[in-house]
Amino acid sequence: MAAKSIISRPVYGTLSPQPGKHHLFIADAEGALAIIDMAKTAPAGFFDGVEIVFIPGSGRKHVAALEALRPAQFHEAPSFASLLPRLKQTLANAHMGLRLYLAGTEGLIGQAMQVALEAGIDHTSIQTEHRGSLARRMQCVHCKGITENVTTQPATCSHCGLLLLVRDHYSRRLAAFQGVCINAEDRSEIPPMEEIFR
Amino acid sequence: MSTGTTKLDVVVSDVVPVNDLVTRFHFRRRDGELLPTFSGGAHVVVEMRDGERTRLNPYSLMGSPLNTSEYTISVRRDDVGRGGSLFMHRSVKPGLEMVISYPVNLFSLDLRAKKHLMLAGGIGITPFMAQTAQLAAEGGNFELHYTCRTASLGTYADVLRERYDRRIRLYHDDRDERIDLDRLLSSQPLGTHLYVCGPSGMIGWVRDRAAALGWPSETVHFEHFAAPQPGAPFDVTLAVTGKTIRVDEQQSLLEAIEAAGVDPPYLCRGGVCGQCETNVISHDGKFIHNDHWLSEEDHRSGCKIMPCVSRFEGRSLVLER
Repeated sequence: MAAKSIISRPVYGTLSPQPGKHHLFIADAEGALAIIDMAKTAPAGFFDGVEIVFIPGSGRKHVAALEALRPAQFHEAPSFASLLPRLKQTLANAHMGLRLYLAGTEGLIGQAMQVALEAGIDHTSIQTEHRGSLARRMQCVHCKGITENVTTQPATCSHCGLLLLVRDHYSRRLAAFQGVCINAEDRSEIPPMEEIFR
Repeated sequence: MSTGTTKLDVVVSDVVPVNDLVTRFHFRRRDGELLPTFSGGAHVVVEMRDGERTRLNPYSLMGSPLNTSEYTISVRRDDVGRGGSLFMHRSVKPGLEMVISYPVNLFSLDLRAKKHLMLAGGIGITPFMAQTAQLAAEGGNFELHYTCRTASLGTYADVLRERYDRRIRLYHDDRDERIDLDRLLSSQPLGTHLYVCGPSGMIGWVRDRAAALGWPSETVHFEHFAAPQPGAPFDVTLAVTGKTIRVDEQQSLLEAIEAAGVDPPYLCRGGVCGQCETNVISHDGKFIHNDHWLSEEDHRSGCKIMPCVSRFEGRSLVLER
């Protein structure tokens, strides 16, 4: 569970069934378990209005368990980038009454929320639950490049190569944490790199 | 004392009867300058000096926010109300100098919305007059559904149809025309925000259906100025100032507190803004809560009251004022 630090640091909750006609779930990996746990408290017939979009990762773990919930639609995607056009299409054609549920890694939750915000969904009305890896999506403030799956502190920018302090400062618009050069004064000063976002 | 608002010295520049119940009042600044900028949905509190009595009633600004050379409000005559609207209709004539508050907006548009769906009932049309003008000027996407008793009491229905044509949908009670609310709410594109202003029954109905149909509360905006209801007189002890006051039948608790020389903060005087929220120190009796600000839990707790619209029946009430 991610600890609260500064105000922009996202805080995640526990998925719970919302009133509404259509329910869109987007999850990756262990996020499936959040949906399966929520299903235990869902009212009868809830899954008749549910679409689950799932990125299982290698091994296709949890796919069978999600299908067993018998959602109206189930879509398996190889990666977030590959499901983006489909997600945008779904939201563009959706009506008020659609509720969004995001579960899994911070990267998945953040990027799906970014698309949802553009579609006019307020972030406070989106159900989220963090499960699995704490790896961060980070933007380098110097070159603006995004580095995925950052697990260390500090971390190396995959674009410009600067050594970056991964801050808790988060941008919903960019769906990324901020990375700032940790040794700007003296590049020869190399602090030890620890793996802390697992 | 009105929080964050300064007063404006204005003169009534025009008084225009609109129909049997509604009259429009135009205000300009006495010094000839422009009035402060406002946004659609804002209201002003109009001070009415009626002999010994001063009434402070909120009215939505209904002119275009693009024109601040004058403010306009429309007042529906309420023959059985506390007299504010009757005073406006009978005693306010062009040339009269009046004092109004700076505009305050507790019913503003959420400009992140992809579409604005507006539902008006009766005189609840007034904030939408300003909001539609604001949105039309910037190419905003809106649709207004307006329910009125009869065509002749459909205040500004003709103006709105003329300006916005098919974006305006009218429903007349006497022709038994009803909004198919569930269908309307279910067919709105994602990113729509809902705005409702009208009688409290209508607001409650729309909010309930929107919630049941999955509209997040952030997307549902409403405004209902509850005029303070008259009721049996009651006595109140103000613990901080050490005063004991009587609230008359036609007086609100807030007005009685002000009459005793105590100046609690206020903005809307209609039970929606929360400024005058007051802690209850002790009570022996029953609260008559009429506000839209406190939660049901707060109402049940007996620890808080909104003196602008709520009353009390019983033996004793001590407030932290």
